[in-house]
Amino acid sequence: MTKTELVDEIADRLDVPKHVAREVVDGFFDAMKHALMDERRIELRGFGSFTIRHYDAREARNPRTGEIVEVDPKRSVHFNVGKELKQRADTLNDYDD
Amino acid sequence: MSANDSGTDTLTKARIVDWVYDRIESTKADTGDYVDELIETIKETVEAGEDVKISGFGKFEVRRKDSRLGRNPKTGETVEIPERKVVRFKVSDVFKDELNGEREFDGF
Repeated sequence: MTKTELVDEIADRLDVPKHVAREVVDGFFDAMKHALMDERRIELRGFGSFTIRHYDAREARNPRTGEIVEVDPKRSVHFNVGKELKQRADTLNDYDD
Repeated sequence: MSANDSGTDTLTKARIVDWVYDRIESTKADTGDYVDELIETIKETVEAGEDVKISGFGKFEVRRKDSRLGRNPKTGETVEIPERKVVRFKVSDVFKDELNGEREFDGF
């Protein structure tokens, strides 16, 4: 499912015009991007939490040439799945609660 | 619990609703329902085993993990961890570049 398909699905489920559904979806992810850019944590109960993780600069090897290259420090997003989503997504196992 | 876990800086659903509310002409209550439906739709899609790919943000996907032997850290006992499905999130290349100053940050 893409963002466009998500907008269509939300418009359908909520019975709202597509431009409203688009603002809901864009606003939702816009809020999350702004928070993460500012290194703020996101906590959505039952869904999961997002945090920024920092990775130090390191030396790596180009596997083709064997050359050692410096990799810049970087930051990335870490997602920790929430209990409800974790259990619902695991359709191979039953959970009591 | 670290200061980060429950700090006032944490973005919660209530704050996301405020953010969305500023973009649409609706009541706060309806906006809350819209955001709830959005979250539920993503959960249902992932539950059905389908990826949810938000360009400029990232992708939620379900991966199958084979069963393996693990150890109960408390008792030291070896136990079989059954085959299972786990949710994985992969940040988009665009967003990663924005986070690292290699591309100008562009909201939605």
